[in-house]
Amino acid sequence: MSKYRISAKGRVDQRKPVRFTFNGARYVGFKGDTLASALLANGVHLIGRSFKYHRPRGFLSAGSEEPNALVGTDRGPGRFEPNTRATVLEVFDGLSTTSQNHWPSLKHDIGAVNDALYMLFSAGFYYKTFMWPKSFWNRVYEPFIRGAAGLGKSPTTPDADTYASRFAHCDVLVVGSGPAGLAAALEAGKSGARVILVDEQAEVGGSLLSETDASINGMSGWQWLDEARASLAGMKNVTVLTRTTAIGYYHQNLVGLCQRLTDHLANPPKNAPRERLWKVRARQVVLAQGAIEKPLVFDGNDRPGVMLAGSARSYLNRYGVKVGDRPVIVTSHDSAWLTAFDLAEAGIKVVAIIDIRRLVPSHLVARAEALGIETLAGWTVTGTSGRLRVASVRAKRVSRNGIIGPPRKLACDALLMSGGWTPSVHLFSHTKGKLDWNEDGQMFVPGESTEESRCAGAGNGNFGLVAALAEGAAAGASAATDAGFPAAVTSYKVDGDVQLTGVNNRELPTDRNASKAKAFVDFQNDVTAKDIRLAVREGFKSIEHIKRYTTTGMATDQGKTSNINGLVIASDAVNRPAPSIGLTTFRPPYTPTTFGAFAGYNRGELFEVTRKTPIDGWAEERQAVFEPVSLWRRARYFPRTGETMHAAVARECKAVRESVGMFDASTLGKIEIVGPDAAEFMNRMYTNPWTKLASGRCRYGVLLGEDGFIRDDGVIGRMSSDRFHVTTTTSGAPRVLAMMEDYLQTEWPDLKVWLTSITEQWSVIALQGPNSRKLLEPLVEGIDLSDEAFPHMSVAEGQVCGVPMRLFRMSFTGERGYEVNVPARYGRAVWEKLFEAGQAYSVTPYGTETMHVLRAEKGFIIVGQDTDGTLTPDDAGLGWAIGAAKADFVGKRSLTRPDMLKQDRKQLVGLLTSDPNTVLEEGAQIVLDPNQPLPMKMVGHVTSSYWSAALGRSIALAVVEGGRKREGQTVHIPMPDRTVVARITGTVFYDPENQRLSA
Amino acid sequence: MLLIRCPYCETERPELEFTYAGEAHIARPNDPSKLTDDQWKTHLFIRSNSRGTHFERWRHQHGCGRFFNAVRDTVSDKFAMTYKAGLPRPTETELEEARS
Repeated sequence: MSKYRISAKGRVDQRKPVRFTFNGARYVGFKGDTLASALLANGVHLIGRSFKYHRPRGFLSAGSEEPNALVGTDRGPGRFEPNTRATVLEVFDGLSTTSQNHWPSLKHDIGAVNDALYMLFSAGFYYKTFMWPKSFWNRVYEPFIRGAAGLGKSPTTPDADTYASRFAHCDVLVVGSGPAGLAAALEAGKSGARVILVDEQAEVGGSLLSETDASINGMSGWQWLDEARASLAGMKNVTVLTRTTAIGYYHQNLVGLCQRLTDHLANPPKNAPRERLWKVRARQVVLAQGAIEKPLVFDGNDRPGVMLAGSARSYLNRYGVKVGDRPVIVTSHDSAWLTAFDLAEAGIKVVAIIDIRRLVPSHLVARAEALGIETLAGWTVTGTSGRLRVASVRAKRVSRNGIIGPPRKLACDALLMSGGWTPSVHLFSHTKGKLDWNEDGQMFVPGESTEESRCAGAGNGNFGLVAALAEGAAAGASAATDAGFPAAVTSYKVDGDVQLTGVNNRELPTDRNASKAKAFVDFQNDVTAKDIRLAVREGFKSIEHIKRYTTTGMATDQGKTSNINGLVIASDAVNRPAPSIGLTTFRPPYTPTTFGAFAGYNRGELFEVTRKTPIDGWAEERQAVFEPVSLWRRARYFPRTGETMHAAVARECKAVRESVGMFDASTLGKIEIVGPDAAEFMNRMYTNPWTKLASGRCRYGVLLGEDGFIRDDGVIGRMSSDRFHVTTTTSGAPRVLAMMEDYLQTEWPDLKVWLTSITEQWSVIALQGPNSRKLLEPLVEGIDLSDEAFPHMSVAEGQVCGVPMRLFRMSFTGERGYEVNVPARYGRAVWEKLFEAGQAYSVTPYGTETMHVLRAEKGFIIVGQDTDGTLTPDDAGLGWAIGAAKADFVGKRSLTRPDMLKQDRKQLVGLLTSDPNTVLEEGAQIVLDPNQPLPMKMVGHVTSSYWSAALGRSIALAVVEGGRKREGQTVHIPMPDRTVVARITGTVFYDPENQRLSA
Repeated sequence: MLLIRCPYCETERPELEFTYAGEAHIARPNDPSKLTDDQWKTHLFIRSNSRGTHFERWRHQHGCGRFFNAVRDTVSDKFAMTYKAGLPRPTETELEEARS
């Protein structure tokens, strides 16, 4: 038996030892222990070093509010986690843990020099200390700050665990399974409502697990707990989720839960998810989150062994662990007296109870005296001693006139403090529920709710077992009733519940120099009371500003133990009442939550869908290199063995220009526009005129936003008088369809037009090159492919390889070209047939990179690459595509706004570098005079840039202010290592007469 | 996550099925060429950006695909009501009724 374990006490299973390590040392705990209780049972209080001053720290609490006791846990490869709270981490055989934030060791830490240099690290020290000289910013200060910043060490390998997620619905969701939550769940459960009860701890019970003095309905707290648990287990309509934290409360009663499934197991089932994220939509919610104890603020309140009194009571009653042999109590609240009584009754010598109040309820004093505990009412604590563990307390008497009398030094090995309790209103506040300030209790309590929710018990500011059970039962019954399950309210008979009182404090009064006191408000961020007062002196008056300047209330604990102390001290310093300074915003998650839980199944290949064309498998079999284009993956090029991308693309380009290439264009967005008003609809949507486009003909269409800027483009075929086959850019397809639907449904509902996405219905195979017709012709039935019958920009329906086809004659390369559309299920078969037939012409499959080069050689734009949402058709050199005679189309009115007519608008031009071997970087900025002083006037940027095999040199497209008028002029492109010189040209580099289209 | 009632499907569905589509009751002028530059600017860019009651459009993107109108409080995020595209802006009385 460990030295600090009490054999007859606690709920841990003392027959089941559990072996674990901390910093390499072996320890034994019991099943049911947390790492904190197991280490305390072994007399270990020193658990880590503080963030800023590297001060030795111990366990402040016994719950999820813990600011100090953060450890690294290692469960094997890919399973290291930093910043796990030792107070909630359940031990299991083989658990390996390490302390954080020190070097070289926990007991001897070089960083502790910061503690002596505390003047340098006052509030806002980042802004004050790292100012001069400027040359130090990047080389000295930033590496220093980055080296020092951060809690714990990030894992370096991918997370080996899997995570699950689930949606659920219920009538009543109860958060917290203390007496209030249990009473609520029982009431709602009995009504027949579907109930979910969640608690972050390993077992239900909340405060009942730690506070054992009262009895319920004649039973001990634990007996009643067993009965309640059994009742709930017997109700099929009730789901109890332990180890499950309600992390966030969202609109319309959607509550996020994170359930920890395997972290407490030595041998988790294979492939079991580690955690499960629940999204629960509840008709009604009952919040019974309880309360968190406040520390007292005095010099040296952070030494290992200084702990919240209620937590010491938990360690004793729930875990059978005494936190010391000679504890001293310091308090301003009755509840710490109960801790002292429990300790004394367990045979522990409580040295003294120091109470800040001069008047303490007499029944408490009498009981303390009966147990042989010295009581010092009207005393304060002005300091502590002990390097790695508290060794003594310095106490002084406080009178109305100030601090008097000689100090008393009380030797101790634990100092248990209580500054009263703060209701946990976090989830209530997530919903923007209004908080009311309770002046007597110096606490915020839930006010008017914005959701279908109720608060009960300590979390509602009503303390004690009587209130918890009564409010819980009432809340559970009314929640069930409102959810449609009428319920009655059970009443409970409680004996031995003590009505607790207390006062709230700023820093405890002291006779010492307050400017040297290290009286901590926020333990995790090392923020002291004087930091907060300094921030106020420096002009910060709002708690939101004070928080960010001092960092109080930040980091993993989000100020659960510090927010109210910080607020009360700030309000004193500002000399305004606390509620007028405000409370910092509570945001989800309630406690730190793994990224894995949020990601759930959506990781790796399932992170987002990958759209593949029917021909994708063929490309994969030929080792194509793929690139993502919106959600699609597309073959970028088809390298031969040992071939570089540059060589492959040059080869593919050459093949298209000299013989024939094949390209999978299936990803192109396709929309079928059908109906008697189809042409009118097209006229209104696109810039071009459509009325006179004959059936069987195609036209390049430009789509604008109402603001006049290019949104999309594509070739559109008129299949018949009432049917258009529209193509869009690959990534623009959903946007274009949504935009068309918007106009059709809401602006022109009178038009008889139907829009259908046909992107995935048609596979598209582009055959491009002088031999394309020869390749295709023998396989086609029903279409005369002669140039007279089927000229450039024709469309017709027929058959290819015996399957139905829509054949477009069009070209995105400048060569004679055909786009074979076949039903998607025939896509690969037709592709393979064409490939086979094409062997006579050495047909070459090519990818998107080659397609980009070929179209750039012709000056064809790619919307989204050469345009960026600020280019009009005229800017892009597409003024010819505007139907000048049309009265209106989407965006037309904007084209005559004054700014659209300016002469110096950025216009699309070509660029040829003076060194033909230099390929410009896309996105590079362009200047006119490279010798002008910095910052230079940038007149545009490079939008597309490639090596052109056909031209034997580099080519580029760019947008340049007033660019077309500058044709022939020289511009400069400054790069980090040199400045590139280029000449502005037209945008068509290859075959400007378009002779290749019919070659 | 909000629950939104689609007035076409006549069912309340999670926000994930919907996309927001800007302020409602801004009709495209029948003949934009008749508008001055200033009037067109107002039509294009000027929005009420109201604090509180806001008339706005949503689309049941992953459902019926229809655009519809909604009244939402921009402070509380609560929907007062949704109604079909083309219907007039609800009156104060109708809104009061919907809220209660």
